[in-house]
Amino acid sequence: MSKAPKLSRIALFLALGLLALFFLTPLYVMLAASLKSMDELREGSLLALPQAPGFAAWAKAWSSACTGTDCGGLQPFFLNSLVMVVPAVALSTALGALNGYVLSKWRFRGSEVLFALMLFGVFMPMQVVLLPMSQVLGWLGLASSISGLVLVHVIAGLPGTTLFFRNYYAGLPDELIRAAMLDGAGFWQIFRRIVLPLSTPILVVTLIWQFTNIWNDFLYGVVFSGADSKPVTVGLNNLANTSSSVKEYNVDMAAALIAALPTLIVYVLAGKYFVRGLTAGAVKG
Amino acid sequence: MNKMGALAIRQIRKTFGQTEILKGIDIEIEAGEFLILVGPSGCGKSTLLNMIAGLEQPTSGRIEIGDRDVTELPSRDRDIAMVFQSYALYPNMNVAQNIAFALEMRKVAKAEREAAVKRVAAMLQIEHLLDRRPAQLSGGQRQRVAMGRALARNPRLFLFDEPLSNLDAKLRVEMRAEIKLLHQRTRTTTVYVTHDQVEAMTLGDRIAVMKDGQVQQFGTPDEIYERPANRFVAEFVGSPAMNFFARPEQPGVQIGLRPEHLELGAPGEGLKGQVLMLEPTGPETYLKLDTPLGVLTARVAGRTLHQVGDAVGLRWAPERAHQFDGASGRRID
Repeated sequence: MSKAPKLSRIALFLALGLLALFFLTPLYVMLAASLKSMDELREGSLLALPQAPGFAAWAKAWSSACTGTDCGGLQPFFLNSLVMVVPAVALSTALGALNGYVLSKWRFRGSEVLFALMLFGVFMPMQVVLLPMSQVLGWLGLASSISGLVLVHVIAGLPGTTLFFRNYYAGLPDELIRAAMLDGAGFWQIFRRIVLPLSTPILVVTLIWQFTNIWNDFLYGVVFSGADSKPVTVGLNNLANTSSSVKEYNVDMAAALIAALPTLIVYVLAGKYFVRGLTAGAVKG
Repeated sequence: MNKMGALAIRQIRKTFGQTEILKGIDIEIEAGEFLILVGPSGCGKSTLLNMIAGLEQPTSGRIEIGDRDVTELPSRDRDIAMVFQSYALYPNMNVAQNIAFALEMRKVAKAEREAAVKRVAAMLQIEHLLDRRPAQLSGGQRQRVAMGRALARNPRLFLFDEPLSNLDAKLRVEMRAEIKLLHQRTRTTTVYVTHDQVEAMTLGDRIAVMKDGQVQQFGTPDEIYERPANRFVAEFVGSPAMNFFARPEQPGVQIGLRPEHLELGAPGEGLKGQVLMLEPTGPETYLKLDTPLGVLTARVAGRTLHQVGDAVGLRWAPERAHQFDGASGRRID
């Protein structure tokens, strides 16, 4: 016990442990509450382990809890979110990659100005576009539909995805592109055969980023959706706000966890690529 | 082999805003020749090469390859191949795929592509590397693969952009010899950009010495070395550099004398000199000499018996002395 390094180690782990506790406690409370019955919740402490853990609250949250006047649980909202998030993420990422490729490797007169203007989109508050966007969706006949939500998310995501790819591609040597041009490859061939295969890290970062943003979005979801196209965040809100005689905290917690689960899974599966991609510089070789 | 001009550059100009990068370049070479564009950085040689490659557009002027005007043609239709300074190998492809890529883009059949890869790999002795990725190769190997990629499709014109500048000194000399051998074997018309005068002299059939966007002299290595057109060329080519001095009896004229033409004799004969410093390189020795005309460099074979501080007499054959106009720097004959 006399060695100084050991003491500093203990302090380090103590600090890390405390921080982990601080951040994980809410998750624990949610998880524990979702596995308890209402009776147990009323009597026991918030932090106590569930006496008889069960998934009744989860089942109810999924398929029979009331959200307003409907009592079909989160299920339809969850499916809406899935149908919305897949094309929205795929399109915004693909277009961002293409934009980044053009803005970094096929510069034209005014492309820098265009990029600077696009950057405004990154910093623009979402609320600003609500009214004009609903007008546009109306003109396009996409109001209150999932397609409309997809369109909104693609457009809202483009500045960010473009920025990601543009900056990543700026690190790819221009000589690679020139070599491919001399080898006879065209715009699309260079993109598909040279640039895309080198994009894995930034692709993963962008996919996670977009998935999280779009899945967790509430504002666009509540404003632009119709009765049958509400995403899971709106469903969760309605579920938690539907007043009945008793507030079912266990069901609320289960519903919140269900809504958060996809993003959690994505982070667990691809989190290490996320960190790696954010810190990766140019491609070596 | 046809004796038509293989490459002709006619009155090429390039301006960026107010700055003129190239001020009317005229160069023409024949099929099979090895052209060197040499000059200090910023002289416009790389810009000129990029224009031949079709990667940059001239402001005015024409470029002809063979008998075609290619000024407006995109790179891929010019039938040229280029070795880049960074090699620019595709990191996501192995060596064989790198070499075959250009053929694939030109829709050459698979069997033919494989044959080409084999032929090139044998020529460059990289057969054992075909499955490797560029990241797994050493500098010299990457250089070879880059050349293989250019060789694979038998282009009409070969372009090299300072291909040896990323290699260490020993490898540079080796690869220089390989490039020369390769050119002797394939006889592909080549344009090679470098800032190294030794590369220029050893590799080139024709050399264009450039400075400030202009060709200072265009000629064979012999012409460049023996009859430099102006003081800049005279100074740029040759190592150690040419001595320059003025003589009171020839006002307004700069005399240029290569170190190997300065002869050392006994003190009292010719120009008075004193040894300031010795630089033995092994096969020859450079002597820095203090003289009434300034510090001069002499170059003698092997070792010298002279010591620092020794007094010597200096002479040279009059026909070895180059004369340049003091104001314009132009050669006077």
